[in-house]
Amino acid sequence: MKFLYLVWRNLTRKKLRTILTLLSILVAFLLFGFLGAIRQSLTAGVSVAGADRLIVRHKVSIIQMLPITYKARIEHIPGVVAAVHQTWFGGIYQDPKNFFASMPCEPDEFLAMYPEILLPEAQRQAWRTTRTGAVVGRTTAERFRWKIGDRVSLHSPIWQRGNRNDTWEFDVVGIYDATKKDVDTSQFFFRYDYFDEARAGGKGLVGWYVVRVGDPSRAATVAQAIDDEFANSPYETKAEPEGAFAQGFAQQVGDIGAIMLAILSAVFFTILLVAGNTMAQSVRERTEELGVLKAMGFSNGLVLGVVLAESLLIAVLGGLTGLGLAALIISRGSPVPGMLPVFFLPTRDLLFGVSCVFALGFVAGILPAWQAMRLRIADALRRQT
Amino acid sequence: MIRITNWFSQVASITLVNLRTITERRGSAIAAAVGIAGVVAVLVGVLSIAEGFRQAMQSTGADDVALVLRSGADGEMTSGLSRDETRIIADGPGVARNETGALASPELFVIINLPKRSTGTDANVPLRGVGPAAFAVREGVSLLEGRRFEPGRNEVVVGRGAARAFAGLEVGHTIRVGANDWAVVGIFAAGGGAAESEIWTDSAVLQPAYHRGDSFQSVLAKLSSPAQFQGFKDALTSDPRLNVKVARQSEFFAEQSTMLTSFIRGIGVFIAAMMALGALFGALNTMYGAVAARVREIATLRALGFGAGAVVCSILLESLVIALTGGVVGAGVAYFAFNGFQATTINWQTFSQVAFAFRVTPPLLVHAIVWASAIGLLGGVFPAIRAARLPVAIALRET
Repeated sequence: MKFLYLVWRNLTRKKLRTILTLLSILVAFLLFGFLGAIRQSLTAGVSVAGADRLIVRHKVSIIQMLPITYKARIEHIPGVVAAVHQTWFGGIYQDPKNFFASMPCEPDEFLAMYPEILLPEAQRQAWRTTRTGAVVGRTTAERFRWKIGDRVSLHSPIWQRGNRNDTWEFDVVGIYDATKKDVDTSQFFFRYDYFDEARAGGKGLVGWYVVRVGDPSRAATVAQAIDDEFANSPYETKAEPEGAFAQGFAQQVGDIGAIMLAILSAVFFTILLVAGNTMAQSVRERTEELGVLKAMGFSNGLVLGVVLAESLLIAVLGGLTGLGLAALIISRGSPVPGMLPVFFLPTRDLLFGVSCVFALGFVAGILPAWQAMRLRIADALRRQT
Repeated sequence: MIRITNWFSQVASITLVNLRTITERRGSAIAAAVGIAGVVAVLVGVLSIAEGFRQAMQSTGADDVALVLRSGADGEMTSGLSRDETRIIADGPGVARNETGALASPELFVIINLPKRSTGTDANVPLRGVGPAAFAVREGVSLLEGRRFEPGRNEVVVGRGAARAFAGLEVGHTIRVGANDWAVVGIFAAGGGAAESEIWTDSAVLQPAYHRGDSFQSVLAKLSSPAQFQGFKDALTSDPRLNVKVARQSEFFAEQSTMLTSFIRGIGVFIAAMMALGALFGALNTMYGAVAARVREIATLRALGFGAGAVVCSILLESLVIALTGGVVGAGVAYFAFNGFQATTINWQTFSQVAFAFRVTPPLLVHAIVWASAIGLLGGVFPAIRAARLPVAIALRET
């Protein structure tokens, strides 16, 4: 511990260089934090998918609708515990830029299907009794400063009411939270009975079904049974586990996401390379001092320790500040809530970042430290650089 | 006059000395150049995605082609028009005609799921039912392989982007959509535009296959000149039999790409700005190091009568040379790595896949070099000032 002062004085000798190195490490880890959050966001649906849930959609594509009568038929298939339907509403609040997902559903069945959605009992009750009631996620409620009791009108580019009217009025009766951070809390749910009665066309059709199976290990068999049930009907289906569905959806964003991540990783490592080089350089410049230390009786191990401690200290100071700053900024919410509704830094990535910090300190320091340890005093003292 | 030339010759001689001795400081100079090359490569790389996507969407649109949708729809997917409405639209004023009639194509736009070649997972691929005039309305659509579909038969032609990105779209194959088999009979190009991501068939065949009755989603009409647009638009929007909105095809596609391009640009500039900061610290470190190593040299020059301004300029120039070297390398790397790279992604506004190529355009490269120079100048200016302000007597005594 008493050598910490020596390490510290070494760092503060060229304050400017130390500060600049610190800052570039800080920036690298700040980027690393964003990298983690974006990656998480792109695959958010996959990580929250319930193992016991299936998505049943029209075989041709999800934009084709299915009849509401399929609900009862799906629920009769052995292995199915419950089925709920959802429909893409495409609601626009004031401007298309304010995008969030909006869907009609059957309140009680829907909440039973998604235990990860938390809604207080009083708000559930209000939803049951308010025909125009809507429940909205915390993220979106905060984004537009909606409160319970507010009246919100959305335009739907898809669904018109009679008389070419595409404005739909809703009463916000509940604001939901989620049990886990990676659940999307930007969505807007409202009652199907209100929707179905008011819509001008497409009555009796719904977008897709979410099905709960009793035994997750039999999910594939049940999915096949559902598809068989509707084979050769005008509305053939494709059932797949929710995870596979979300995975497929993430793949659709595909290349762009992957390329963004590749670029961010390249950035991260380039900055580390440059910073690491500077750190190594600053040790190399002091070769003869290290020789003096050894001449004074510092053991090889101690010289190794002092040099390594210096590079570790600078990496830890810069890296942890960067990670902390990233966590702070990310916790304030997504910069693009329409595109990336789920935005947080997963603990796994945070831990990986911390290990990267130590790896940087170690790798940048070990080579000069090793050289310093092997140094012969006479050589070191004679060296002029 | 003599003073000015003298000043220039001072700057030139110091700069030459600096640049000749740069190999003495190669470690830190290379580190700084690599950092700047990284910034430039990343900036160009990310912006080339946005640029490629924008171009794919824009090259689709022509000024003399109008797209008619149901009023209130935000895209073809959410629109709907009856056959009667499409007839009224085709008879609108200013619509160009040829021997077969009005150049207006009533169209259907649906999505089918096909596996992506790269991942094997299902992707939303746009399937478009077009009218007989579709090929005449869109200029620049040309068959690369095979033939056009025959009206009334279950045949499709496939854009080359779609053929490249999705499995099973070679000429001679059939794709199964719902209960129907469709034969792929041709591959077409559309000038790199979004239409190349689509599959086309006869709308009369697509309607029953999708239970669409006798309805369409959009009408694409070629006008006899771009100036006809306003008259055409006014006539349709004021017609009591219609409830439509009319847009130039070029404007429509530009709007359809805003969400993704602004997202990519936003993220791209943010990443590049962060990275530029990182590189700036690297450059500052290098230049401070360079100045610190030559304090005595610089003081000697000053003692010999070289002006402070000349010293500042020469250090700035050295920094600029390092930055520009890095910038050019970075831009070159980005050009070879990203230009023409084929990618697909989902366009949220059509909810379907768009195949496009990344584009590294000259303005992008210029943009990148400007960034590199800015980093170089900023990284050199403080060390240069410090070098110039150091008192000569003290500096000479430094070891």
